[in-house]
Amino acid sequence: MYLYWQLFYTYFKIGLFGFGGGAAMLPLIQFELVEHFGWITATEFTNMVAVSQMTPGPIGINCATYAGYLATGSIWGSVIATFAIILPSFIIMLLVAKILQKFKNNRYVEGALSGLRPAVIGLIAAAALLLINTDNFGDNYADYKSWIIFALTFVLIKWLKIHPIVMILIVAIVGLVIY
Amino acid sequence: MATLWQLFGTFTKIGAFTIGGGYAMLPLIEREVVDNRKWIGKDDFLDMVVVSQTAPGLLAMNISILVGNKLRGKTGAVVSAFGSALPSFVVILIVAVFLNEYQNNPWLVKMFRAVRPAVVALIAVPIFNMARTAKLNCYTVWISVVSALLIWRLSVSPVLIILVAGVGGVLYRILKDAKPKKS
Repeated sequence: MYLYWQLFYTYFKIGLFGFGGGAAMLPLIQFELVEHFGWITATEFTNMVAVSQMTPGPIGINCATYAGYLATGSIWGSVIATFAIILPSFIIMLLVAKILQKFKNNRYVEGALSGLRPAVIGLIAAAALLLINTDNFGDNYADYKSWIIFALTFVLIKWLKIHPIVMILIVAIVGLVIY
Repeated sequence: MATLWQLFGTFTKIGAFTIGGGYAMLPLIEREVVDNRKWIGKDDFLDMVVVSQTAPGLLAMNISILVGNKLRGKTGAVVSAFGSALPSFVVILIVAVFLNEYQNNPWLVKMFRAVRPAVVALIAVPIFNMARTAKLNCYTVWISVVSALLIWRLSVSPVLIILVAGVGGVLYRILKDAKPKKS
């Protein structure tokens, strides 16, 4: 029972402090679930992100459902985590809906965002750095194949604008051949 | 006027047919809600998008809640949010159960071993795109660098970083307002 409460509290926190959409929530999810509670391993987290990219819907919902199940081994874990990540949105949006115009042009909201935007970029950078680990790049970071995959994926998505889903599919097939 | 069933149906459809998260869902929501069904005017919708992006939480959830609330009040908000979350919940749950069952399947192990470093690149790409959108310059880039280092090396909680950055931004604005530039 306590686990479910922790799961609720953690995902509520992620929903409340996740500024900048799903991508910016990943570092929060990673920190809480992998580093802090150890509910899922770093490997499971990375797998989960891959799966979330390829299934429909918001990535935050996908991650909540997936990690809720892995953490508890039960569908209720998924239900509670998903509910908890949406709840702060509800409270905040229903409050803000009444003052939509004022909120949009508020100088202090703007001020908060001027600090949040660069911080969120740092958050995502930290998530990427934490994932450059021995689970993903082999013992002593010696798996040169994984480095080549990393570099190629980066170049293909960033500059050649290959769609992430297409890229994951290609890489999965490559994995069957080279490993 | 939209019925609750129409709201639910519209958002379930959008949730089921967009892959790639909240930003991919926005144009579809706009097409359905503004162009096809004419529930909300374009200007109102754009205001909602700005607020959804500014506030914390998932973009797709925020916008669904705002649209539902505008059309049918709190019940509408619940129905819209439930609709857009439902397809992804069901699909990912099936995948999670399946992957948990077959996690030692040698084919899956090989595939994921190759996919994981690609995912790291996938997470890294938006950093550079966002840096351009957020107009990072030599006066603000230190915030990103310090935040990243604190989390990566010293295991500082990202929640703390967000609190400090948000409060710091507001304080900075107050200080700037108090001391107007001499001209």
